[in-house]
Amino acid sequence: MNTATLYGLMTAGLIGIGLFGLIMHCTALRKLLSFNLVAAGVLLLFGVAAQRGAGAGFPGDPVPQAMVITGIVVAFAASALAVALLLRLLDVEREDDAP
Amino acid sequence: MSGDAGFLLVLALMLPATGIVAMFAAPMRAPERLAFLLYPPTLAAVVAIAVIVGRSEAALSYTLGGWSPPLGLMLRADGAGAALMVMSAVIIGLVGLSALGAFRTPEGTSEARQPFAFWALLLALWSALNLVFLAQDLFTLFVALELLTFAAVPMVCLNGKADTLQAALRYLLFALVGSAFYLMGVALIYGAYGALDFAILRVVMREDAATALAVALMIGGLMAKTAVFPVHLWLPPAHAGAPPPASAVLSALVIKAPFFLIVRLWFDLAPYHGAPAANLLAALGAVSILSCSLLALRQVRLKLMIAYSTVAQVGYLFLMFPLATSDMPWETLGWSGGLLQIVSHAFAKAAMFVAAGLIAEALGHDRIDDLAGAARAAPVSVFAFALAGLSLMGLPPSGGFNAKVMLISGAVATEQWWIAVVILAGGILAAGYVFRVIGKAMADAGEGVAITPVPRSREAIPLALALCALVIGFVPLQPFAYLAIGRSTGVMP
Repeated sequence: MNTATLYGLMTAGLIGIGLFGLIMHCTALRKLLSFNLVAAGVLLLFGVAAQRGAGAGFPGDPVPQAMVITGIVVAFAASALAVALLLRLLDVEREDDAP
Repeated sequence: MSGDAGFLLVLALMLPATGIVAMFAAPMRAPERLAFLLYPPTLAAVVAIAVIVGRSEAALSYTLGGWSPPLGLMLRADGAGAALMVMSAVIIGLVGLSALGAFRTPEGTSEARQPFAFWALLLALWSALNLVFLAQDLFTLFVALELLTFAAVPMVCLNGKADTLQAALRYLLFALVGSAFYLMGVALIYGAYGALDFAILRVVMREDAATALAVALMIGGLMAKTAVFPVHLWLPPAHAGAPPPASAVLSALVIKAPFFLIVRLWFDLAPYHGAPAANLLAALGAVSILSCSLLALRQVRLKLMIAYSTVAQVGYLFLMFPLATSDMPWETLGWSGGLLQIVSHAFAKAAMFVAAGLIAEALGHDRIDDLAGAARAAPVSVFAFALAGLSLMGLPPSGGFNAKVMLISGAVATEQWWIAVVILAGGILAAGYVFRVIGKAMADAGEGVAITPVPRSREAIPLALALCALVIGFVPLQPFAYLAIGRSTGVMP
């Protein structure tokens, strides 16, 4: 089994665990963490594509690596937005509960 | 055609984006002034693009930095994209005017939280929409979809209450999972072909399992963002909880952009799709129409009813896939009918949400059963609501009528009777929920109903939106040549 296949299987594992978490967990924070696992798996898939598509003598195709970096930034921004909404929701619920 | 005229594409994208940066960077008297300052030039750019595309009968394109694909990025406005950009510009302008009532920065302060957030997010949404309509490679489209999601989600929870925050969080999670599936498809396509640009992929796409899986993943992810059954659960609370101008923009424009991408993926990238896949999409659309129209009939609150109606009308869009199967799909009635449904539903739904907002302001609540007296308090709004309802029901003269007649004609011509039956049934159900509201609104108010009159100038806006939906009804009932511009060739100019 070469490294590309190994990473491909890891991708499948990450996405599978993430999807399981998304479906089974109820709270928003757990769903967000599961989304991060799915995103990690998907970006690893880009890495697999980078390694398989490498030109002669190069360790990896640089275009998917650029896409991975963009994807990481986008997923980070999305997680930040979700956490901000969650924190605000908890604050508002605490205010509503307080007399 | 490229070069100087192509720079208009960049202007359409960057003018709203510079507005947001300026709002944060430069202290302004009021952010809405900046938004209204940037609206005319962006509208002019968008209209100029549409006129150039129409006159030259070819798509307008621009390569960023002069580097051509696959390494560079290309922006391209074809007929359908240019028409949708004009629609977005008009709706955002009118909804922005209507938002001046609720989101004007108070006197004495230079900025306040809610108005600042609203105007910044509106400009961000416009920039992201234009990028979705113009981008030509799959990864730029991913970035555009994320921009659109990040601009739309905070609009849902502008009032800061717990229920809208929960709705916004649910919307964000659905949208993010959709993006993850889309990105998975993009990774598979890159792994298979080594390129992501539409023009290149159109040439090298093969019919094999990897491609089919990738396109299925991408369309599945985009379906979650378009809110079709069964992944529509996020939409009703989100659109109903948002303030009326935000709901108008969300229902009219934000869910249409991922659908436009599904259309592009289906017809440009994977035109060899078979009947089972098309019928599956149409079946999901049909279930959307019937189930959500029935749910709309049972709603207690007006805005929730309109939100369920949005999901139902979006189902009509998915009926176009089995009706546009041919070698030249842009010449079928199904294509024109589906795109016309996008435009007419956008205007009608925006009119409905703005009118519902004004009615709720006049009466102080939006319970449908207690709407008696609304026709006296906000007559023009109720009239605009009724006109918009014509488009949802599919009654002439309205854009909705033309769209549905074209879809029915396409269904009958290709002998797919069940689609025609579903469209007609959806029209009857739409009539049910629209007339229910109109009937209650026309009733005389009893004693003790507190009415705040709404200024007529503000009521003119939903009327203008509803009249746009009506005017679209005067187009001829045949495939439009304009929507076919830029379709047949896909080769890089």
